[in-house]
Amino acid sequence: MNSNGYSLKRRAVVAGLLADRGDDLLVVTGLGGANWDATAAGDSSLTFPLWGAMGGALPMGLGLALAQPAKRVLVLTGDGDLLMSLGCLATIGVERPANLAVVVLDNERYGETGRQRTATAAGVDLCAIARGAGFVATAEAREDGDLAELYRLARVAEGPTLSVVKIAMEPLKIVMPPRDGAYLKDRFRIALLGEDGIF
Amino acid sequence: MTESSLADPSTAVDWPSDIFRVLKDWDVRQVCHVPDAGHLKLLTQCEDDNDIRTVTLTTEEEGVALLLGAWLGGERGCLLMQSSGVGNTINMLSLAKTCRYPLLMLVTMRGEYGEFNPWQVPMGQATRATMEAMGVIVLDAWEGERVGETVEAAAKLAFNGQAAVAVCLTQRVIGAKDFRALAEPKP
Repeated sequence: MNSNGYSLKRRAVVAGLLADRGDDLLVVTGLGGANWDATAAGDSSLTFPLWGAMGGALPMGLGLALAQPAKRVLVLTGDGDLLMSLGCLATIGVERPANLAVVVLDNERYGETGRQRTATAAGVDLCAIARGAGFVATAEAREDGDLAELYRLARVAEGPTLSVVKIAMEPLKIVMPPRDGAYLKDRFRIALLGEDGIF
Repeated sequence: MTESSLADPSTAVDWPSDIFRVLKDWDVRQVCHVPDAGHLKLLTQCEDDNDIRTVTLTTEEEGVALLLGAWLGGERGCLLMQSSGVGNTINMLSLAKTCRYPLLMLVTMRGEYGEFNPWQVPMGQATRATMEAMGVIVLDAWEGERVGETVEAAAKLAFNGQAAVAVCLTQRVIGAKDFRALAEPKP
């Protein structure tokens, strides 16, 4: 149960996804590992890390992408969270926000609760579901050679895109961002909208 | 939709247009919903408006999160749903309590005033208690002519008070479906 056969390291992949992000990349993370990974890559006011609300990362990303069409919006989440919001793939596929990218860090396990197998461990294909829902591009990364295409779909390709990264199971230090939701919201709005964001 | 004889006589009032005017006054840009017959006219008005993005959801909990994303991006929104859908939002309403963002919800009721379908009654009767348990402020509109001012009060409370606020539009206002009329084929 301690190996899923994949070798890509999630922290390095996420650091690459968020490299040189500047002010034009807005990030929403799902709860759990994706949150800790994004924080390990550098806490940012323009990242909204969820600590709960499982299934909420995708619809949050959609609302943000529709409100900020000139910015790139990246939803970074795990396979468990994505599986809880499969319906939202259809919602996004209909709205087709060109500035929205989804990256699923897929270790085929519920990592926070004891590594129980998720549906992707049995072969459920999230890229196929996303394509069927109307995402314009999808990709699956399994090795280093796949990362350039992953980064392209996440950062620059016309969206909505969805990429799955098959990652190793690793014991990793939890790196926590601020925990108060109202603070996370206010600092995000101030960083994006200026001081008026507090209102 | 067929209105029963129990409907408020003032449903002659064009309350959907009153709601639409409130949404426009508050510069609401994202209206998300799982459709309900009671919201049909309002939804049509929103879809016809170039400044409003109308998003059809697959389940109501998406709307709670979508409106947080919209607010982070500087846009106001509103979630339209039927009372059955409130049950689908429960855990996602955690966002409202922890993040304290404006969350305006307009709920068309089933399972209360003059309901004919027993399957609608459990969630209809639990709608207010469910939302209040999650920290949502719940207002009711029992008269068509009071809908506009009630939604205006809710919008003020949500957008100025940074609160989660729901207006329940009762079956007395929207009209309870009539079992006998539903059994007749539509022209």
